Amino acid sequence: MLENDLKFLEETFKQYYFDHFDFIHIPDRSLEREYGYKKFNSGMVRHISLKTDKDLHLMLMTNVPSDVFCSNAYYTFPNLPMAEKDWKEADLIFDIDAKDLNLSCRKDHTCVKCLSCGEVSLLHDTCPKCKSNKLDLLSLTCDNCISGVKKEVLNLIKILTNDLQIDDKNVRTSFSGNEGFHLYVANSSYNQLGSKERGDLIDYIMFRRVMPERFGFKKENPSRHTFPELDEAGWRGRVAKELFGSKSKRSKAITKIISDGKLAYQQILEEIGKNSIGIKIDPNVTVDIHRIFRLEGSLNSKSGLAKLACENIERFDPYTETCLIDDSSVEVSANFPIEFRLKNTKFGPYTNEKVSVPKYAAAYMLCKGIASLA
Amino acid sequence: MISLGQDEIAKYPFLAEAGQYLKDKGFTLEQFATDPDLKIIVDKAYERIESAAEGKIYNPKADNSSEKDTVLPLNVFSFLIAIVLLKLSGLNTLINRFSLAEARRAEKFLERDLVSNSNKTSEEFAIKIFRDVFSVTIKKAGDYFVIPISDYLQHAVNFHELEWKLVNRHVENGMVFLSTHESARLIRKELGGYISSRIRAANTPSMSKGFEDKVNKLSELAKKFVVNTIVSTEYPPCIKHAIEELNSGENLPHFGRFMLATFLLGRGQTIEEIVPLFKNAPDWNEKVTRYQIKQISGETGSNTKYSCPSCDKIESHDMCFATPDCDNIINPMQFGKKRL
Repeated sequence: MLENDLKFLEETFKQYYFDHFDFIHIPDRSLEREYGYKKFNSGMVRHISLKTDKDLHLMLMTNVPSDVFCSNAYYTFPNLPMAEKDWKEADLIFDIDAKDLNLSCRKDHTCVKCLSCGEVSLLHDTCPKCKSNKLDLLSLTCDNCISGVKKEVLNLIKILTNDLQIDDKNVRTSFSGNEGFHLYVANSSYNQLGSKERGDLIDYIMFRRVMPERFGFKKENPSRHTFPELDEAGWRGRVAKELFGSKSKRSKAITKIISDGKLAYQQILEEIGKNSIGIKIDPNVTVDIHRIFRLEGSLNSKSGLAKLACENIERFDPYTETCLIDDSSVEVSANFPIEFRLKNTKFGPYTNEKVSVPKYAAAYMLCKGIASLA
Repeated sequence: MISLGQDEIAKYPFLAEAGQYLKDKGFTLEQFATDPDLKIIVDKAYERIESAAEGKIYNPKADNSSEKDTVLPLNVFSFLIAIVLLKLSGLNTLINRFSLAEARRAEKFLERDLVSNSNKTSEEFAIKIFRDVFSVTIKKAGDYFVIPISDYLQHAVNFHELEWKLVNRHVENGMVFLSTHESARLIRKELGGYISSRIRAANTPSMSKGFEDKVNKLSELAKKFVVNTIVSTEYPPCIKHAIEELNSGENLPHFGRFMLATFLLGRGQTIEEIVPLFKNAPDWNEKVTRYQIKQISGETGSNTKYSCPSCDKIESHDMCFATPDCDNIINPMQFGKKRL
């Protein structure tokens, strides 16, 4: 990133933090948590311990981080090296990101940036300008992606509260600041689980490694009545709804399943797990019991948008509600072939042009790497 | 510690305080070494270890009530003396085999007790063992037992068969439904672990002449179980795939790089040999690569030497490309290992 752009983002982020201390708080049991941050163009600093909101605000003002993180784990000594922290427990965390949903709209709001010459263009295998094949994918705002992720989040919450019997008061959902949502589950019986156990929970939630026997196809002499009913609890019920649709179609569908054989049934189960009923969480996040996870209220340097909790996810509009940088006018030179929308205003496409845009849109473009200060 | 009746102590002798039990019954260890009338118990103890070593569950004949008074204590004594012999021999292979066999024996009793409708005390006692010894809250629900998901997961991760995965279980309202057999099976490994930890924690008595002969025989017995293995130099398919990805300039994800580095370090390769493998990665940086492999090897950083992740974990990262040659291994490090 150019030095001017970097300075602009640092100043903008600092201003945001200064103006919005009321949004940024240390979470519960702060003394048992590890904090960390990244600065623009630099590596991660972690193993930090913070006691009060004031400590946090001081850290933001003195270091002006591009990203701020806090552990989901609780430690006796959060500021010591990993092996000496003395891990106690960790909240369950989930990350659902639009890029993992493989929605068909994806190609319409994704462009590529050439790592060699910096040209931003529509999706290509090679850079149209210099023919290099070292390209970075850049995805811009998309309402369809957001509603897709929301649906996924609601399905995840259903599994958490029904199957895993987690109290919905303990589930907290927040927009990640880019194109996904984060969920926290605190105070549950799952806090004590290690990484291996969480791995098994992940397979459950994603509906992976499923055996056809569990879903009705007995090893020998498959019988019709062992197949799931639509009103059953848990995955059997969800599989029945997905495969049979309605009670009246169940019998016919089972006849076909039995005649196609067990292997085909296994493939069907794997397919629906991957492409429909399995919840598309990022397994790397949930399995990690030492992760430092983006702090609520902080800005995301991939977009300049804030990570914020949402009370009513269905009505939450992240591209308005988390767009908190001010709207003073900034001149940028922009070059990207597709449009994006922030605060109900459309920006782009721009072909190597100088434009005056509100500061929040300038920060978004700079963070995405599709514009520079003019 | 759970209070034990005579019945229970015979079924689950590892729950007893060994020294106290002998004392209560009016015996000393010395007597077993010297008294010819008690030699039969030392013989039985040896048999118990021998059958365990061969993978059999110790099952002395008589179980009818007329002999109960003598058979029950005999069962307990033979267990306690077996431990004395094992401690004197100091042979870990035998201790492990013995613990596992005793665990499977106890598992049978647990399974029977959990459904002994006629005997409420046995059922309650079995449930108590789950709770007090293994911290598993287990409740009866019709023909099934239910246990909280979080308890279930902590034990089920010890199994590698798909049927134990949560997704293949009847789960409802935070509970997992298990048959009696599955409930007892769920804690087998911990039962074995519990028994072996109690054996390891016990004091080793001083050698008595009367035990010498049996201890020597145990050393002979243990020799049968020494396994020589060879490892082929071929790489498992997941590792081959990772290397191919790197060679073709693909962006191998972080986990794949971690798996590759830990595997090669585990096979004895040096950091200098491993670093160049990453040369074609799109984000190649020699300094960073060397730093990261050093961290993984434990040479720098927290000094933790990371080991190669399990097949399970690799599969959940979609990096498993198992072939029949994998032969049900649970970690890539085992690939190509053959017993001689």
